[in-house]
Amino acid sequence: MSVEALSPWHEAWRVFCSNKAAVLGLAILLTLVGVMLVGPSAYGVAPFDIAGAPFTAPFTDPSVWLGTDYLGRDVLAGLLVGGRATVLVGLAAATVAVIIGVSIGALAGFFGGWVDTALSRVTELFQVLPALLFAMVLVTLFTPSLKVVILAIGVVAWTGTARLARAEFMRLRNLEYANAARAMGAGPLRLMLREILPNALPPLIVSATLIVGSAILFEAGLSFLGLSDANVMSWGLMIGSNRRNILECWWAVSFPGAAIFLTVLAVSLIGDGLNDALNPKLHLR
Amino acid sequence: MSAPSTAAANPQASNLASTSAAPVASTPLLSVQGLGVEFRTRRGVARVLDDVGFELRRGQTLGVVGESGCGKSVTALAAMRLISQPPGRITAGRVFFDGRDLLSLPEAEMRRVRGNRISMIFQEPMTSLNPAYTVGDQIAEAVRLHEGLSTADSTARAVQMLEAVGIPAAAQRVHEYPHQFSGGMRQRVMIAMALACKPDVLIADEPTTALDVTVQAQIFDLIAELRESTGTAVMLITHDMGAIAEMADSVVVMYAGRIVETGDVRDILGSPLHPYTRGLIACSPGRRTVAPGELLEEIPGTVPSLLERGAGCLFADRCARVMQKCRQKLPATTALPGRRQVACWLYEGSEA
Repeated sequence: MSVEALSPWHEAWRVFCSNKAAVLGLAILLTLVGVMLVGPSAYGVAPFDIAGAPFTAPFTDPSVWLGTDYLGRDVLAGLLVGGRATVLVGLAAATVAVIIGVSIGALAGFFGGWVDTALSRVTELFQVLPALLFAMVLVTLFTPSLKVVILAIGVVAWTGTARLARAEFMRLRNLEYANAARAMGAGPLRLMLREILPNALPPLIVSATLIVGSAILFEAGLSFLGLSDANVMSWGLMIGSNRRNILECWWAVSFPGAAIFLTVLAVSLIGDGLNDALNPKLHLR
Repeated sequence: MSAPSTAAANPQASNLASTSAAPVASTPLLSVQGLGVEFRTRRGVARVLDDVGFELRRGQTLGVVGESGCGKSVTALAAMRLISQPPGRITAGRVFFDGRDLLSLPEAEMRRVRGNRISMIFQEPMTSLNPAYTVGDQIAEAVRLHEGLSTADSTARAVQMLEAVGIPAAAQRVHEYPHQFSGGMRQRVMIAMALACKPDVLIADEPTTALDVTVQAQIFDLIAELRESTGTAVMLITHDMGAIAEMADSVVVMYAGRIVETGDVRDILGSPLHPYTRGLIACSPGRRTVAPGELLEEIPGTVPSLLERGAGCLFADRCARVMQKCRQKLPATTALPGRRQVACWLYEGSEA
């Protein structure tokens, strides 16, 4: 009998797959992404075009299946295209946040001393600013475009990751294997990237997943307030532009709302699953 | 006096030449002189090392013994410049390695020495390997770092090293992760990693403390065997007098950050001079038979706090042969015949 050599990542994947909720979340997310990728071209209706009479209720007109909004724009077309911007902003903003957060946290935790003091104060400075307000200020300072929105959300969302990365690097930098690597001649960069980062990844991945969820909500919030790119259809923009008519056409607000809810839920379920899968202490259950 | 005649006249040197592949150099490979280290703590500055000096020759094994907290590990770390600063600080001394003072090398230069010319194995094999990589990866990484070999070549070296340290089915196990190895096997992996670049000096910091007794003997045998085949000089830090008797050529006895006695292993074990050395030897069952129920001797008390050093000998409070003078003045080092030194007032005036 041979024991199969499983890398820690294989093992984590196995545990992840045994978590039904996490697999469901992953299935939902993959389905949503698939629909967003092929949906718009398959459906073929542009989201800003007038497709029918305004305030057409859903399931009444087969040509505009999910109804139209107050301008007569097709809600289904908006949902299919709008998800792209929402998910893209969510992922890109989370990437920006994680890059900033991990870099600052890693340097602070690894070097300690005055580097840590300086970077921790900077982190706290960003932490005390109300996130949505700060993002709004950043967006209004520049012309609202997807790039600006991504950067703005990234800049307000990195502090938690930085604190987590700092704590992890601080813990791992003095472990025996880091010392052993030092004794083997590894320099600070090699220690941080090769020895410490892979071992700090599990909690950072979980936190990154959660940031994706909150970045999607941020994007929706900014669009709702009219502070996103008005030329790019997104779920938040749909909700924002129809909010005054919520009583007359609830569907133009509820469907994108439900889509945001479903996406964030899927991401959170994945995050929970990853948390279990990447926490070695839970493997023994 | 020329080098060849020294080798011929000195039976120990010729013995060394026959057992090691490396040529016996007349100058020491590693020479630590007057090393001092301080640690800043909340309660003051602790002088952890004070005037520590010793020499290590090619192919030789130097045993460093003493209780926990005597500065054995700090000595090794300071020589490799791995003391974290702050809170630590090297206050004095020089560490000559192959003609260069390691303490004044630029950090980048020092990194080329670590792992390549001088490498180290640690006490805790269970936690000294990175759980994120296969053992082969970790050995190969060391080789790639210092010798710039390709991935294929460095992996081949990793397999070769695992075979050399006696890991069965090395070609398969090279792809396994540390958690799939037992403690003894992991220490073998650590040794393979430390020796992968064929270093001149191997520092083994209590390499068997965390292992069970049967495995301890295997690891010591392995180190001895590799020393013979590679000519690597070994600095063995331990509190196991049995291991010293088996492995070491010469011995440094440390107490409270100072060297209290140095000499040839036969002299130190056969006729220990310093009361502390005597105590250490009496504490270990060693080769003498201990009757069931018979108590081993012990050294009363513990190592004093290094924060409040008195004026006198640091061992005075625990010493059976303490004199008035011991409490007033730090004993000077007395040099005796046969490269033997002892720092104790009992031997004042018996210089060689």
